[in-house]
Amino acid sequence: MTLDLFLLQTFTGLALGSILVLMAIGMSLIFGMLTVPNFAHGAFYMVGAFAGVVALRLTDSFIAAIIAAPLAVGALGMLVERTLVRPLYGRGVDYPIVLTFGLSYVMVEVIRILFGKEGIPFETPEFLQGAVSLGFGYFPLYRVFLIGVCVVVVGALYLCLERTKFGLVVRAGAADPEIVRVLGVDIRKVWMLIFGLGAGLAALAGLLAAPMRGVTAEMGIPVLVEAFVVTVVGGMGSLVGASVAGLLVGVVMSLTSLFSPKFAELSMFALMALTLIVRPRGLFGRPGHLG
Amino acid sequence: MDRQSPASGWFETLARHRVALAVLALAAIIVIAPYEALATNILIYGLFALGCNLLLGYTGLLSFGQAAFFGLGAYGCGLSIVHGGLSVLPAIAIGVLSAIGGAILIGAMVIRSRGIYFSMVTLALGQCVSALLYEADGWTGGENGLRGINAAHVNLGFFNVNLLNPTQKFFFVLFFVALALAIVARLLSSPFGVTLEAIRENEKRVVACGYDAQATKWVVFAISGALCGLAGSLYAVHLSIVPIDIVNYHSSGLVVMMSLLGGMGTFFGPFIGAAIMLLLEDVVSHFTSHWQLIVGLLFIALVLFFPRGVWGTLLSYVRSRA
Repeated sequence: MTLDLFLLQTFTGLALGSILVLMAIGMSLIFGMLTVPNFAHGAFYMVGAFAGVVALRLTDSFIAAIIAAPLAVGALGMLVERTLVRPLYGRGVDYPIVLTFGLSYVMVEVIRILFGKEGIPFETPEFLQGAVSLGFGYFPLYRVFLIGVCVVVVGALYLCLERTKFGLVVRAGAADPEIVRVLGVDIRKVWMLIFGLGAGLAALAGLLAAPMRGVTAEMGIPVLVEAFVVTVVGGMGSLVGASVAGLLVGVVMSLTSLFSPKFAELSMFALMALTLIVRPRGLFGRPGHLG
Repeated sequence: MDRQSPASGWFETLARHRVALAVLALAAIIVIAPYEALATNILIYGLFALGCNLLLGYTGLLSFGQAAFFGLGAYGCGLSIVHGGLSVLPAIAIGVLSAIGGAILIGAMVIRSRGIYFSMVTLALGQCVSALLYEADGWTGGENGLRGINAAHVNLGFFNVNLLNPTQKFFFVLFFVALALAIVARLLSSPFGVTLEAIRENEKRVVACGYDAQATKWVVFAISGALCGLAGSLYAVHLSIVPIDIVNYHSSGLVVMMSLLGGMGTFFGPFIGAAIMLLLEDVVSHFTSHWQLIVGLLFIALVLFFPRGVWGTLLSYVRSRA
């Protein structure tokens, strides 16, 4: 056990955490605004990876796939919100859970019908192969790219939420949708956009994870649980919380697996239990209508 | 929903004898189901959903970790037969006790969280239990599940139940289900049961009225865990193996679906939900391997068009006519 190995593993954790951050931000925004715990988030992640595979076959460009897949899945998300989730607003938290749970079954099964049950191998794109020196060791270039994409996306989202008029409406809507509606904003359009944004972010995460984990219809299942843990640890509805907690969970899991791989998954739940005992609303959660 | 004023009328008369009627209806499953093992499965999953419904339907707590207690029951019962060499009845008792222990422990951690946090924390802690059972593979068989549970017969002194005979096994399981139904019915008509429904409707007011909502929730969480654990124990006896998948959160989700399909907060709904789901699975899987697609579409349709569930919709229709 050397310091270099420790640092390297921490970096691996940050790369895994980046994927979780992208997942958890969408989930957290959707929950914070719509009060919908999106159990189909893992399915959007999985569909994103398959959409990426299709885009890659069509265009032969990874960058094009990275742009196309989130847009396509984002549109799918907006459609889902408009047709399935919208009738449920104001009916309590149980019904959206069941609905999105059922939806995830449908999405997984449709993908199995379309692409088969075996899954599809996914090569790391050529220009991102190889490793870079970080001073304490060599690190796969692709993972550096992954962290970079995550930083850019989160940064852009943060600016959008804090500096634009749309962001203002979103934040106000999360705090009190009634008042926002009274002030003349069509909050339902914002909700639809947020659901689409969340689905798109999940798709991006799925596609980015594809070269490391492969593409299967079941790939969203473990990630869904991890993303829920991150959202809860960070505090539902908090962008900063989701980002910090995502990286934290990634690093904790990664370091635990260095000592004992068997307990990596368990460490995540232990972290969550600990957080909730100390801070029942998560690290950055605010008291409010979220429970 | 099930609470009725002491009025007259045939509906109320039937409702007063709901335990006996429920047990009779459940006994008929063995005739309706295509084979006995499926009928037994319906009983077991119905019992599991009954435990889940006590939290979800009556107290308004959506737990996504009930599979942990089902699993603790199944492994507790299975392990004491495989490694402890116990006979079936004490093994079932140990299964139920381990589920209660787990529920008291997990309940202490989760009972303070509300709403969605409650669902998430139960999910996470349930996965913790699943991970522990998975990693203790020297004992539990890990990925392969716990195998070789030898539960061939139960000696009651006056009668020797042969569990290798599917019909006798069905009625053996039905006995425990009837017991559970009687306990739940008694519980629901007690002041404790009324407090549960009051918590579902308005927890703040319950606290303001001087009731200890936290303690009540903790107790009902343990009772629900006991019912799920009993279902798990019977499952281990029924199948003679315990697959690790049953502890997964998908299993928790499945049983939540069964409660909803039948009708949240109805006494008999969970069994209706379990029966519909398992019969449908059995029939549909003859025609297609994409069984999940049908289930998923069913859930979506259910939430959008029948939020009260099959039994709940039926009950409110009958009640409006009676």
